[in-house]
Amino acid sequence: MTQPRPLEGIRIIDMTLVWAGSFCATLLADLGAEVIKVENIHVWQPMTRGGQARPRAEAIAAGPGWATGYPYGVPGERPWNHSPTFVQTFRNKHSVTIDITTEEGRDVFARLVSKSDAMVENNAAGTLEKLQIGPDFLRAAREDLILLRMPAYGSTGPYKYARALGVHLESVVGHTMLRGYPDLDPSYITSIFSGDYAAGAHGAFAVMAALRHRRRTGEGQVLELAQAESAAALTAQAFLDYAWTGNIPDRIGNRSLYGAAPYGVYPCAGGTSEDGEDRWISISVLNDAQWLALRQAMGDPEWSREARFGAAAGRLDAADEIDARISEWTASREDYDLFHRLQAAGVPAAPVLDASRILDDAHVQARELNSPQTLFAGVGPFRFNNPFYKFSDSEINHRKPPPALGEDNEYVYKDILGYSDAEYAAFEASGMLGMDYDPEIP
Amino acid sequence: MAAAGPLDGVRVLDLTEWISGAYATKLMADYGAEVTKVERPGGDPSRAVGPWKGGVEGPERSGTFFYFNTNKRSLELDLQHERAGEVFDRLLDCADIVVSSQRPGLLDEWGLGWERVHARRPEVPLIALSNFGADGPYRDYQVSDLVLYGFAGEMYTIGTLDRAPVKMFGTAALVESGAAAATACMAALTAAELQGVGQFVDLSLADTQFNGVDRRHAATIGWEFAQRRSLRAPGPAAGILAGVYPCADGYVEFSAAAGRVDRLNQMLDEPEWLQDPKWWEPGIGFRVDLVDEFNANFLPWLFERGKREIWEAAREAKVLCGPLFTVDELMGDAHFTDRGFWAEVEDDELGAWRMPGRPVDMPKSPWALRRPAPRLNQHRDEVLGECGYGAEEIAGLVAAGAAR
Repeated sequence: MTQPRPLEGIRIIDMTLVWAGSFCATLLADLGAEVIKVENIHVWQPMTRGGQARPRAEAIAAGPGWATGYPYGVPGERPWNHSPTFVQTFRNKHSVTIDITTEEGRDVFARLVSKSDAMVENNAAGTLEKLQIGPDFLRAAREDLILLRMPAYGSTGPYKYARALGVHLESVVGHTMLRGYPDLDPSYITSIFSGDYAAGAHGAFAVMAALRHRRRTGEGQVLELAQAESAAALTAQAFLDYAWTGNIPDRIGNRSLYGAAPYGVYPCAGGTSEDGEDRWISISVLNDAQWLALRQAMGDPEWSREARFGAAAGRLDAADEIDARISEWTASREDYDLFHRLQAAGVPAAPVLDASRILDDAHVQARELNSPQTLFAGVGPFRFNNPFYKFSDSEINHRKPPPALGEDNEYVYKDILGYSDAEYAAFEASGMLGMDYDPEIP
Repeated sequence: MAAAGPLDGVRVLDLTEWISGAYATKLMADYGAEVTKVERPGGDPSRAVGPWKGGVEGPERSGTFFYFNTNKRSLELDLQHERAGEVFDRLLDCADIVVSSQRPGLLDEWGLGWERVHARRPEVPLIALSNFGADGPYRDYQVSDLVLYGFAGEMYTIGTLDRAPVKMFGTAALVESGAAAATACMAALTAAELQGVGQFVDLSLADTQFNGVDRRHAATIGWEFAQRRSLRAPGPAAGILAGVYPCADGYVEFSAAAGRVDRLNQMLDEPEWLQDPKWWEPGIGFRVDLVDEFNANFLPWLFERGKREIWEAAREAKVLCGPLFTVDELMGDAHFTDRGFWAEVEDDELGAWRMPGRPVDMPKSPWALRRPAPRLNQHRDEVLGECGYGAEEIAGLVAAGAAR
């Protein structure tokens, strides 16, 4: 690795919460920026270091694994450093605590802003202004700062103060009504957070684009990413369909948007879904050649030779019938065996992986998608996601474990901001910084 | 004249097809880059899928192609032709960045791979998108949106316990991966501009899903931390205020709203039933045993109201909530129109319509629809002319079958 990381030398303040903003800053950190997550020991940000700072045992037991699966099953002394829902979006970042609700804290923060290139935030519209650290404050500290704001619906318009996670704005932007089983009531539709993915990636792209603009012109700017607007790209075809034909698209389950068939998820040999041992394979036949290949893989059964199945339109008409037949064939077979067999035959197919199997997958291991990381105070090591970028000359790696709250206080206050040991000690004594949330925060 | 986009002056040689790669280069084009799309003879396969303008099929009437290729130029070129290398070199000479989505090794087989790019233009990066990356055991495996999302995205937990897992809309996973690829392009461009070195970037769609956000990361680490599984829900709303609820005229999403019972209390106008202290216990949202009792109290309130009225009450009380809009409801909604979100498209052949516009508003270097998606080979003379080809030479390339 002979080159620095692409964003080496860029410092970014991370004032984000939950996933969309955090993921944005994660990508920028992966690409080499020094990302400093600014937190406050007196303020609990819901859904950012967990559902609660100090969750009770019943809540931990009742929650899904992805939300309350703490290390070794116990929350530990400082649960906020270990929430699985969130620590994955902290890799390669620093954490500093500053009580920005105080005048003195805002002075510290301004000093950090003056030494930073960009800031990312996805608080509810108007939050920075309420905290007295809005764009005017930031510009006074750093004239050419790039500020990326990621409110749910934007800073203007009737919905600007609507509270939302990804799942809510995806409902508003139409995605929720476009997914799920077509024959079940929409109340069965499961929450997903694809809007967070879109916002995080779009946001990281925009910050890098704005850095280029700054290199060329010297000017910073305030970028606004309304997460609902950013998520619209995910369902682009539905908008074109409506605009061009007046059609209001409906849910299609696992079917192809473009009428390819068969196209679905089929049961494989396994256990029960209640135990998470159910196994499934998704298969997509995109053209007639792949249909022939699938037939061969199945041993060219009698039913599959019907002339009406020879073209996509005929297969689509008989999709339920074909799906039932394929399910009969897959049900007694192992998903990974089918995966390799169908792919070797040229048919797009893969197991539907549950989280317990990902880390053992041959691709995940060969591509080194994870690396062991030990958290603050020796918790671990656990395998964490690595960045998904592979550059030929820059080392894009998991270079810093997800930080504990305030883990990098000394580095930020002393090395970056230039405070003396005595000043640091005074800050610590006054509650400006620390590594524990106020004891009364639940 | 409108301000230039942040990528003004960047020249992209775009060898992508279908959706993920095309979305990455669309983002660059929409923010000001000059993107030249090389299309295979007959055109990008996305021209062969709908939705179709007016319901009539045709390579210049594909909504999928249109949306993912705005602001680009098109050159139809046979990259397997014996004269392709010579044209490719000239295109390279006019490019600052190359983006491809050919299957791993294919460009190399054609003699147009990284070796050639790097030898001729060491300062130009190549971002190569592929299903499973340039190496690894599944290098040559194929995916669809469904196969990719089921394998590498968080599909396993979507749906109900008694049914198969179910995917997102259409090609949403491919668009997520395309947005991720755009960040790789931007970073590689940054590195090239600042350090003068073009890098090869191996971007696997599967990796962008495995290591993306959308709950997969959380489910994986929940397993790694505590061997806790993440399952599909048994049915609607697997907790208190977890999921989609019916109302008088449709549906509303209330996930995670139980985190602030005080706000819920305000939204519901402090009903007597909600004053029972048990509803105010931290973590109440996960109390599956209380779901029926909660819903018996909550659902009547919903059924008396429409989704817009409910959302208004929720906004007032700062409760997490979102109505489930359909596409027509959304496009007729004042909020997004007032904000200028919709791109007003005008095309000589296809007419005028609205579609999603900027993902990010950048006031000093704005997103802009400078031109519609190109017709196949629309910019042949313009592009080849910029590369130094005269009219006769272009005619020669066409006669030879390299260009069209």
